[in-house]
Amino acid sequence: MSKENNVKLVVRSKKPCVKFLSENLGILAAFVVICGIVAVLSPVFLSVDNVLSVGRQISTNAVLALGMAIVIITGGIDLSVGAVVALSGTLCVGFINNGIPIPVSIIVCVGIGVLVGLINGIIIAKTGMAPFIVTMSTMSISRGIAYLYSGGLPLRCMRDDFAVLGTGYFGPIPLPIIYLLILTLVVWLLLSRAKFGTYVYALGGNREAAKYSGIPTVKIEVIVYTISGFLSGFAGVVLAARMFSGQPSVQQGAEMDAIAACVLGGVSMSGGMGKIGGTMIGALIIGVISNGLNLLNVNSFVSNIVKGVIVLIAVYIDILKKNKLMKG
Amino acid sequence: MNMVLTDGSKFLELERRRGYPLLSKRKWGKTVENYVLEMRKIDKKFTGVYALQGVDLKLQKGEVHALLGENGAGKSTLIKVLGGIYKADSGQILVEGKEVTIQSVKEAQQLGINIVHQEIVLVPHISVAENIFLGREPVTKAGFKDKRKMIREARELVMQLGLDIDVTRDVYFLTIAQQQLVEIIKAVSFNSKIIVMDEPTSSLAEREVEYLFEVIRKLRQQGVGIIYISHKLNELFTITDKITVLRDGQYVDTKVTKETTMDELIKMMVGRDLKEYYSRGKHSIGDVAFEVKGLSQKGIFENVSFKINKGEIVGFAGLVGAGRSEIMQAIFGVAPFDSGEIYLEGQKVKLKSVRDAIKKGIALIPENRKKEGLILKNTVAFNITLTVQDQYKKFIHVNRKKHDELVSKYIQAFSIKTPSQDQLVNNLSGGNQQKIVLSKWLATAPKVLILDEPTRGIDVGAKSEIYTIIDKLAQEGMAVILISSELSELINMCDRIYIAAQGQITGELDHEDFDQEKIMYHATGGR
Repeated sequence: MSKENNVKLVVRSKKPCVKFLSENLGILAAFVVICGIVAVLSPVFLSVDNVLSVGRQISTNAVLALGMAIVIITGGIDLSVGAVVALSGTLCVGFINNGIPIPVSIIVCVGIGVLVGLINGIIIAKTGMAPFIVTMSTMSISRGIAYLYSGGLPLRCMRDDFAVLGTGYFGPIPLPIIYLLILTLVVWLLLSRAKFGTYVYALGGNREAAKYSGIPTVKIEVIVYTISGFLSGFAGVVLAARMFSGQPSVQQGAEMDAIAACVLGGVSMSGGMGKIGGTMIGALIIGVISNGLNLLNVNSFVSNIVKGVIVLIAVYIDILKKNKLMKG
Repeated sequence: MNMVLTDGSKFLELERRRGYPLLSKRKWGKTVENYVLEMRKIDKKFTGVYALQGVDLKLQKGEVHALLGENGAGKSTLIKVLGGIYKADSGQILVEGKEVTIQSVKEAQQLGINIVHQEIVLVPHISVAENIFLGREPVTKAGFKDKRKMIREARELVMQLGLDIDVTRDVYFLTIAQQQLVEIIKAVSFNSKIIVMDEPTSSLAEREVEYLFEVIRKLRQQGVGIIYISHKLNELFTITDKITVLRDGQYVDTKVTKETTMDELIKMMVGRDLKEYYSRGKHSIGDVAFEVKGLSQKGIFENVSFKINKGEIVGFAGLVGAGRSEIMQAIFGVAPFDSGEIYLEGQKVKLKSVRDAIKKGIALIPENRKKEGLILKNTVAFNITLTVQDQYKKFIHVNRKKHDELVSKYIQAFSIKTPSQDQLVNNLSGGNQQKIVLSKWLATAPKVLILDEPTRGIDVGAKSEIYTIIDKLAQEGMAVILISSELSELINMCDRIYIAAQGQITGELDHEDFDQEKIMYHATGGR
């Protein structure tokens, strides 16, 4: 029973902001470097207009990444997010065009996102089917319904006031950025402060031990997919308002960008580890790369290649970091 | 023979006399040639810190030589140096008197050195024979795997060791004990001169340990030198000839097993007197705390009834597969049961989930701390507080002060050795990990504490500390259930022992009647 052993323990290791910085040092540095390069090559990049436009562009992916991060931390994956965006957006525009009041349409369509998430969660938690398979199926089903409903064509919105939801401003800041900030705060509080967050980490860290600790694993898993569905549904409605149309083909492969944001932000694909702060920086990096290459008039296919390479490097660095951590 | 021998060691003694010209040769002073292995003055540093410093180990042909020491004493480093996984910084290794350098696992195998690791590393869905010859399958002229030859040779090996294992079966269908034996057969198949066994009995029940010992005796008879690592001291007295003790990376001494005692070994390992290895204070036994009546789950356990009083430690003895863990898991709500009643302090209770069980004051420390007990990739603080989130969290408000108090209370009370509460549990030793599992459950303030193999795979010092904790809890009035495969643990810790066999309770003994043979009689199904 050594006394010096005990003294050290009472001191908490780091303040939250210091912890955030030290945990995300690598990715923050990468973010600054990428911004620097783009800013030098294209001075427009740092203009207020462009910064706000980047913010608006990444808001969809960042909202999806929030849900994806929680799902991945439980050790699962949600491939249906992009398709749910398309489904809720298309239906929302369709409902509004058919004369259903705008608030009702919005609530119903966000609700449809929740429903898809709930179905994902119940199937995964109750049957033990692999999340990859289940959400891949609901992805296909959701997008299929979106195409079927719209007849394969984009639906143009016929009510101008709907657009405000996506194109409006709060002071100088576009609304989608405001939504993103609020949602990020809520999810961050849930994960870092509430019991729910602790249970999410426990479930992903070791499902069996979580069960033995009296954690309602089924309930947590259902909630997690439902949150992801809610966020996708919401992102779909906002995107439709921003584009002023419901497009069934929108956000193809969005799930991959959301996963990339999580991975860049240090979320472990095997579950149990990862933070919302890192994930948001990951989403920013992906947004800046797309925007930067766009400003530089680089072919958009190149941006796919660049994203792929960056994710590979980020994950490799992450593995090195984790191995070091696990060895103490 | 000046000590009382069990049947096993009598047999061993006879065998020794019969089969050993070498033994007598050794006595006449011809030494060097008889050592199949000599490790001299082995040094190994990791980032400037000595993991091994001047360690010697001498192994004779046909000798079972124990390597003993607490976790971190350097046993596994020494074995890894021998097996070609690490390279020593300095020192000599002699195999059959010739100096060798071992650069890789393959070179070690070519020299006849094989290690049977603690974790089973077999491929589950291929046959025993294919596992034995994995990576060096005999081939036919046409270049295909020669299955027939493989099976024939595997069968020969199995027969040689006097075992009964179907080599054409997939490893997946074998018991853990059988899998362990397959690992040993595999080591033998390399024509090993030296076999290292790292905690081979850690997941075996007493009966299965006997089979393993039979095999070890056969190998000894064939002249194989065996290095045997185990934390279970009583085993060492049954099976080994010599014991080398390491402490903090240094060589302490080598003793002839027959000439040493358990106390002496413990003293050598920890470097000081352990006044009492087991602790048993005065338990004032109170009213019935917990009672189970007629608990059944089809095919797993049947009509199980028992009761525990306040302040009592009650043991559950039995062979592996007797259903002890399953009974406790059903009570705790992680496994189902068909029928039966549970009473807490005389009140009938319905426990539908783990949550219910925790609320009613039951805690279960599971058998496998890595699988069921801990979130290894999370921190000490996270794990300790996992079961008691309600105590300091209200929606998104976190009472940091209460959290820190809770964590440091247990770290101090159990002297858990960790650099900070934010250390990952994965990086701690087995003993400290087990103390965290204990903390996590004691934080729920249970009235009934169920411990399933609480000292498995942890070193002597930590074991003794855990015994003290358990005893103290009972003294404070907690009702404790202790499941263990180590009979000596049950006999020394418990006030009463129930014995289970094939899903039924077959016997109950009070402290005065504790007796190894009686327990084994009931455990094998006798009533």
